[in-house]
Amino acid sequence: MYEFTYHRASGLRQATNLLGKHEEAKLIAGGQSLLPMMKFRLASPSDLVDLNKIEGLNGIELTSRALVIGALARHAEVHVSPEVQQGIPALAALAGLIGDPAVRHRGTLGGSLANNDPTADYPAAALALGATIVTTKRKIPADEFFAGLFETVLEADEIITKVSFPLPKKAAYQKFRNPASRYAIVGVFVAKRPSEVRVAVTGAGASGAFRVPEFEAALQKRFSPKALDGLSVPAEGLASDIHASAEYRAHLVGVMARRAVAAANG
Amino acid sequence: MPAVSMTVNGKAVRAEVDSRTLLVQFLRETLRLTGTHVGCDTSQCGACVVHVDGVAVKSCAMLAVQAEGAEVLTIEGVATGEALHPMQEAFRQNHGLQCGYCTPGMIMTALDIVRRKGHELDDQTIREELEGNLCRCTGYHNIVKSIAAGARAMASGDPALKAAE
Ligand SMILES: Cc1cc2nc3c(=O)[nH]c(=O)nc-3n(C[C@H](O)[C@H](O)[C@H](O)COP(=O)(O)OP(=O)(O)OC[C@H]3O[C@@H](n4cnc5c(N)ncnc54)[C@H](O)[C@@H]3O)c2cc1C
Ligand code: FES
Ligand code: FES
Repeated sequence: MYEFTYHRASGLRQATNLLGKHEEAKLIAGGQSLLPMMKFRLASPSDLVDLNKIEGLNGIELTSRALVIGALARHAEVHVSPEVQQGIPALAALAGLIGDPAVRHRGTLGGSLANNDPTADYPAAALALGATIVTTKRKIPADEFFAGLFETVLEADEIITKVSFPLPKKAAYQKFRNPASRYAIVGVFVAKRPSEVRVAVTGAGASGAFRVPEFEAALQKRFSPKALDGLSVPAEGLASDIHASAEYRAHLVGVMARRAVAAANG
Repeated sequence: MPAVSMTVNGKAVRAEVDSRTLLVQFLRETLRLTGTHVGCDTSQCGACVVHVDGVAVKSCAMLAVQAEGAEVLTIEGVATGEALHPMQEAFRQNHGLQCGYCTPGMIMTALDIVRRKGHELDDQTIREELEGNLCRCTGYHNIVKSIAAGARAMASGDPALKAAE
């Protein structure tokens, strides 16, 4: 790890100022993705701005229309939160599938979305549920937030403060885990919303999580695994690596999507 | 260099550290508490698990300066004098270790499992919960047995594990 100056931010304004003042500064939340990257020298920020002591960033609130989760909410907190379990049980279940218990005690929702790892779980949930990412500058619909591998539209001095997930009628997430890393080889989040059905896939895309319009249209007509009969995603453009070929991932997308619909129907 | 203060195993400590210092380095090299191990340094193996403010974390994936003001518990802090903690005793009785390298992390994780899941733990639960702890020797079987027995012994408060036998 290269040297850096550490700043413990006490408020969002101070954190924003620090990011503005130091060009190579980076935020740190759970540190579960950033610290490993710094150890490998894949990231070498001049300054680290620590969000962990900022008050009010880890709340979880359930209203009649949406579940609003603070950026600093740990995966473990989301997993056991009564509000999440009541509002969007599929999201509580998803949080419990991230990494292992110790990782879940540190890792945060905001860090996961900002990191936009192509095999991370939360990006699929954000896309499928039509979430809104609230930052210190604006409100960004999930459809516009992700911008390719490990990239988002966040500006250098922009901080995620919370994420609003509109309540779906039904939803489920199915994940085919890499048994070693525990990240998704393929994960599919299906949400039946009042106005539409959304299907979002993580793990498979060569440039991050994506939606599957053909599946969505078919499920919109009939929300049943049978509606997906004969449908598949093309292998072209999917990720291919030592863990799984693009063809195998394409196959898994179909399998996980069917399972997710079945699970959502309970 | 930034200063950091925290409580480790009930004792207040304070030191100046390079910002890069990982919590595990701080524990091992500054405080000389070498019971916490480094198996991988890449967040995979769990040999470095300690409790920070009551929850299990991988101390190789946290900066020492991030533990400012925190209560840290390491393997050195779990026994009472000469008497092993019931979970430690359970590992001894059930042959839950061979080389012992993973054991401190296993025990700190086991205590966290008991905190969250209670004293009656089935094998499936324990195996799932051990997802982030790797052991190169035992094949896990006796670790799972040890944790189940230790969890029960903690309920009965019997360090000799009479209840477990
Ligand atoms: C062993 C292991 C297994 C894992 N398995 C999984 C898995 O199965 N699924 C999965 O999804 N993830 C997995 N992860 C990653 C984990 O979920 C991370 O916690 C998460 O990706 C990043 O969250 P963090 O809070 O740790 O962010 P950090 O590591 O602190 O930061 C990550 C990035 O986000 C930025 N950032 C952080 N917070 C904010 C904010 N509020 N606003 C703007 N930018 C911000 C940082 O600057 C940095 O660039 C795993 C990690 C490990 C170590
Ligand atoms: S040394 Fe921390 S997880 Fe292996
Ligand atoms: S006992 Fe040797 S690594 Fe577990």
